[in-house]
Amino acid sequence: MPAPDTDRAQPEVERVAVTDDAAALLRELRETHGPLMFHQSGGCCDGSSPMCYPDGEFRVGGADIHLGDLDIGEAETVPVWMSRSQFELWSHTHLTIDVVDGRGSGFSLEAPTGRRFLIRSRLMTDEEAEQL
Amino acid sequence: MAVYAAPGQPGSIVEYAPRYENWIGGDWVRPAKGRYFENPTPVTGQIFTEVAQGTADDVELALDAAWGAAPSWGRTTTAERSLVLNRIADRMEANLEKLAVAEAWENGKPVREALAADIPLAIDHFRYFAAVIRAQEGHSSEIDGDTVAYHFQEPLGVVGQIIPWNFPLLMAVWKLAPALAAGNAVVLKPAEQTPASILVLMDLVADLLPAGVVNVVNGFGAEAGKPLAANPRVRKVAFTGETTTGRLIMQYASENLIPVTLELGGKSPNIFFSDVAAAEDAFYDKSLEGFAMFALNQGEVCTCPSRALIQDSVYDSFLGDALERVGRIKQGNPLDTETMLGAQASNDQLEKILSYIDIGKREGAEVLTGGERLDLGGELSGGYYVAPTVFQGNNAMRVFQEEIFGPVVSVARFSDYDDAIKTANDTLYGLGAGLWSRDNNTIYRAGRDIQAGRVWVNNYHSYPAHAAFGGYKQSGVGRENHKMMLDHYQQTKNLLVSYSDQAMGLF
Repeated sequence: MPAPDTDRAQPEVERVAVTDDAAALLRELRETHGPLMFHQSGGCCDGSSPMCYPDGEFRVGGADIHLGDLDIGEAETVPVWMSRSQFELWSHTHLTIDVVDGRGSGFSLEAPTGRRFLIRSRLMTDEEAEQL
Repeated sequence: MAVYAAPGQPGSIVEYAPRYENWIGGDWVRPAKGRYFENPTPVTGQIFTEVAQGTADDVELALDAAWGAAPSWGRTTTAERSLVLNRIADRMEANLEKLAVAEAWENGKPVREALAADIPLAIDHFRYFAAVIRAQEGHSSEIDGDTVAYHFQEPLGVVGQIIPWNFPLLMAVWKLAPALAAGNAVVLKPAEQTPASILVLMDLVADLLPAGVVNVVNGFGAEAGKPLAANPRVRKVAFTGETTTGRLIMQYASENLIPVTLELGGKSPNIFFSDVAAAEDAFYDKSLEGFAMFALNQGEVCTCPSRALIQDSVYDSFLGDALERVGRIKQGNPLDTETMLGAQASNDQLEKILSYIDIGKREGAEVLTGGERLDLGGELSGGYYVAPTVFQGNNAMRVFQEEIFGPVVSVARFSDYDDAIKTANDTLYGLGAGLWSRDNNTIYRAGRDIQAGRVWVNNYHSYPAHAAFGGYKQSGVGRENHKMMLDHYQQTKNLLVSYSDQAMGLF
């Protein structure tokens, strides 16, 4: 499997998607905070939650993988990142960013709305896996 | 058996106020923007109080108060500070049940755990740091016959602490006790899921602490956490949570050139070597309890033993007995002292656990027991309950690699010692690990070979003060729960003194 690029080109196979509800909340957050980004967390407490920040707030680097860009119906897309080490363990799964009621901690922008972004996962299909 | 009356009901041992302001400068202070957020109990899902929704202005106010208090607090003698910490411990001990019920109601944990562990450990933690600060000594070195280097420990000034929601009081105390003992003033931000029990504690000890030494600002991470973590007036940040926020806190700290301590979780292996089953005795029984420890605090523990590795030769029989033990876990009302497994701390946590159970099944892990949300009926129907869940699979599956933070354990088999260590260390994290064996040489070698900061040998989930706690690999930076944490809250002053009358002869 070739290593995905760290630039912001879309990979051929979609790795990450967004539900309509989550896209609607992202549009709402964009009005207040401007362009947005996600970095997928790991570890304790709210680990495994996708963290939403103003684009550029979280400094990505060589330790990160760019999974894709979410089209939320705005001028710009929302890039989604994950640490490279974590990606090695998640790469066989397709991720969808959804939203549920709740109150995650961390500095993710949606917490004050009483809603929380959540990752839903499915295995890549054989066809997708072949293209990777 | 006893069932504590819920806060807000007649006969409850503890009452939450209907609304809490921020605790700043020894007083309750309205949030600058006048906003509050509702705080539900995970026991029933009902709102029981509302809490100040702090923002940058409130953080600045708290930092003003903390910097006002820090110079005189930092100059108090260690005897004085020690006395304050001991008095706080005594006050907590006199109100142990009250704090335990407050904590169970806030977090959803079984009150029996709060009574037996959370609150007694918090009390002891204050006493521990009250003791070690008295015993701390600086060093002096004789550089040559006329020159001496003296080393003094001095407080940092004002520190920021961001507290997780899984042990709201205990984790706050793990951070507060060393910071205060070292002579710092603190601005503390509780987790937004559990903002209130720490305020019950502040109310209880308000008269014991000089105003401004401890300040609590509640609110959301983006609105109150970031202004604290990124603030140039903070000399150190301590955080317990997850990796992305941990990196962000380090990023902010790099801008201010300040140190951080981070505790970021794990995916702790719990290894059962075949000789545990050499006899069906008390030790075997203890090891089965060790397996069931994944359910402690609903699995919402950074060191949850969420990967059980069992040696091939005893795999089936041990797992069978372990499942029987898991089947005896009593789940129910957290305020019932018989309850062993309570509610997950929040709705989003519940949803996250269910999404992991889903991906576990999709990856082909087999559910041996549990695997679903529970409706406990009555008032508890609105609470966030998950059945204790045992998966069987392999270490490459995501349920073996990610911290689910629920009552979920993933079980795999290993063939021999090397296989056990290889699998145990095949993880991004290195916070905790458990080892179960009757063979001294095995446990010593394995204990040293496992890449984790805390290896429990023939026990698990014990957190006594004076046993260092912290992570290898991506699990964080620093060691809490031990006097070495003082180093993270102090800086070293070196006085280099010449006792010679002779010029150096250079100019």
